[in-house]
Amino acid sequence: MAEQNSHYYVPAQSPWPIVGAIGFFLVAVGAGNLVAQLSQTGEAGWGRFILLVGFIILLVMMFGWFKDQISESRAGLHNAQLGVSYRQGMSWFIFSEVMFFAAFFGALFYARMISVPWLGGASNNAMTAEVLWPSFEAIWPLTTTPGGTTTQAMGYWGLPLINTIILLTSSITIHFAHTGLEANKRKQLTLMLGLTILLGMSFLVLQVEEYIHAYQDLGLKLDSGVYGNTFFLLTGFHGMHVTLGTLFLIVIFFRVLAGHFSPDNHFAFQSASWYWHFVDVVWLCLFVFVYII
Amino acid sequence: MNTLTETASHDTEHHHGPAKGIKRWIFTTNHKDIGTLYLWFAFIMFLVGGAMAMVIRAELFQPGLQIVEPHFFNQMTTVHGLIMVFGAVMPAFTGMANWMIPMMIGAPDMALPRMNNLSFWILPFAFLILLASLFVEGGGPAFGWTFYAPLSTTYSGDSTALFVFAVHIMGISSIMGAINVIVTIWNMRAPGMTWMKMPLFVWTWFITAYLLIAVMPVLAGAVTMVLTDKYFGTSFFNAAGGGDPVMFQHIFWFFGHPEVYIMILPAFGIISTIVPTFSRKPLFGYPSMVYATASIAFLSFIVWAHHMFTTGMPVFAELFFMYCTMLISVPTGVKVFNWVATMWRGALSFEVPMLFSIAFIVLFTLGGFSGLMLAITPVDFQYHDTYFVVAHFHYVLVTGAIFSLIAATYYWLPKWTGVMYDIGLAKLHFWCSLISVNVLFFPMHFVGLAGMPRRIPDYSIQFANWNQLISLGGFAFGLSQLIFLALVIKACRKQGEPVPAKVWDGAHGLEWEVASPAPYHTFTTPPEIK
Repeated sequence: MAEQNSHYYVPAQSPWPIVGAIGFFLVAVGAGNLVAQLSQTGEAGWGRFILLVGFIILLVMMFGWFKDQISESRAGLHNAQLGVSYRQGMSWFIFSEVMFFAAFFGALFYARMISVPWLGGASNNAMTAEVLWPSFEAIWPLTTTPGGTTTQAMGYWGLPLINTIILLTSSITIHFAHTGLEANKRKQLTLMLGLTILLGMSFLVLQVEEYIHAYQDLGLKLDSGVYGNTFFLLTGFHGMHVTLGTLFLIVIFFRVLAGHFSPDNHFAFQSASWYWHFVDVVWLCLFVFVYII
Repeated sequence: MNTLTETASHDTEHHHGPAKGIKRWIFTTNHKDIGTLYLWFAFIMFLVGGAMAMVIRAELFQPGLQIVEPHFFNQMTTVHGLIMVFGAVMPAFTGMANWMIPMMIGAPDMALPRMNNLSFWILPFAFLILLASLFVEGGGPAFGWTFYAPLSTTYSGDSTALFVFAVHIMGISSIMGAINVIVTIWNMRAPGMTWMKMPLFVWTWFITAYLLIAVMPVLAGAVTMVLTDKYFGTSFFNAAGGGDPVMFQHIFWFFGHPEVYIMILPAFGIISTIVPTFSRKPLFGYPSMVYATASIAFLSFIVWAHHMFTTGMPVFAELFFMYCTMLISVPTGVKVFNWVATMWRGALSFEVPMLFSIAFIVLFTLGGFSGLMLAITPVDFQYHDTYFVVAHFHYVLVTGAIFSLIAATYYWLPKWTGVMYDIGLAKLHFWCSLISVNVLFFPMHFVGLAGMPRRIPDYSIQFANWNQLISLGGFAFGLSQLIFLALVIKACRKQGEPVPAKVWDGAHGLEWEVASPAPYHTFTTPPEIK
């Protein structure tokens, strides 16, 4: 420990953060304009170009930043203390992601337990129901909203169940990829990691299928009341996280092929795998609370 | 890879000074540089938000509408609130954390220095977007800083999307900053700096950082739902679709209540640092201060609906939130009594940081008392949305958070610049601020109790006299801050007497063991902790 502490690693100045800040700025301005333009005129205006440039800058930033980071790590500049910092940073980042999903789960629970029953006259709201929407029936899934929008509910049998099995399996494969890495079994590592990526991609394809099914066959849309809202925002944000996680794993896969990780030095691998487990756990909660119950 | 070879030779690198010119500030990974950037940014935002407050007070100088349109008035109250919360108070505390936490725990820098740079530099862009949205056709956000639905969904202007994305960026910045503070404190403490030896400023920031990573993502969720409700036809906050506008308030205040402790816990840390120094006694009840901070943080998660007593919640919920809210006064009381007990029979001296700290203790407690009044459900029905509420949260935020930040600046500025600031000007600043801030906010209690509603550009004629006085106090308080600006600029230009490493004779802590001004890199080898 003593030797470690006398050898702090303080990284040099870097141009990437400011590039990232400009990227964030353009993404925000572009997205803000795009959304406002779409709602006013129905057409995507100049906002989309700014948004695109912003995303490209963010990608370049990530590429450059991680490239520097990787070459510094491979040059042996990082020490054990920095590894602990990175791991702690990643775990608290995942915690903040959990809280982001918690907001949407909170909205789901509030709608189911409070706002929909109250609109139907529960608690002391009999008069509210009578005056506002007397024919409204409070049931969940909310297939007919007080305003009269109708939809069919999404079952859990079929695609969602298959997707659950796929993600659960991928959590197991990434685990065995990790044990393979720790035991320095490169073959097991690449095979299991490759499998995880394939499973992630299949999940995404099936999720698109499910959305098409929802829109075309069930009439379940983003604007079909609070059931559709919570369904699409929860599964949508989860899908975005699966996409990011898969991209993350693909980068890791190429780094594995390049021989980057060693049994005792593989922070990037570990954080990708943590992220993947997190995405998996969120899906389990989704499956239980959005689909089954 | 020039940078690589540079960092490879640690010893030479650490004795390097900063890079030259603008590049130093844009590319920096140094916690002191980033702290300075945060503090100047916060100060500029404080002046911008303050200018908006001056517009508000000018309009309210007389009853009737005379200077600005009501819609513009709404934009001013909204953006004033957003800027002061997210642009002034929070970045200022983050700046203090950046400057002081590594020095206080004997670390060479923050744990993740490059991310530190990113978390600062996205902030000016976020506020550029927010301020630019004022010039969009239809005006900027005008729904109050709390952006209640349906004001922010059904009835808001086209700039709402820009507001949403600006808030997203502020949130990302705060989350990264908080992760950095947490990891620094967990992982970078010098050997021997055990948890219960940490200075209270470090402790309070540690707990604050946890509040930040727990609730800033919830704010991101809230603005996202506002965005989809407004632009994509969802009905989270629309009863016709099975949602509820009150649900917005629940989500918002689940963020919003811990947020107010995010803005006051680091202030408690600052006061707990300054009072012992000028009492020449150790802090009374250090462990109880730590536990009280943790209790306040815990309770802050289960009191949010006291902002919503008039929304028609079930009686059980009203009682639960009332009792939990009142419970917070216990750990807060522990703190106030401990500060007073620290001063009791101490060898007191009244340097400027101490003056602001004593003002903090008295005036923050006053704001706490009006908070207790507001916590009582039945009387809150009377006070809700009146100037009494405005008086309450300005006492805790201006004479609380802002006074603590000013006190901290007067306490550590000599350490940062290496010279003693102009003490005469500082005392002038103190007395002008102290008198004007009370002329400004104290009468708000009276007009509020008499029924003057907040956020309205016009008022009934019987409130005219008090409002005139309030506005005069407001202008005086605004002008007083220019004294502070002049004083800080003077100190930054090194105009003043050089100071020794230990600026205050009663001060304790590692930051007083390094030279003044603090060298660019401190504690590249960990210090000895006794």
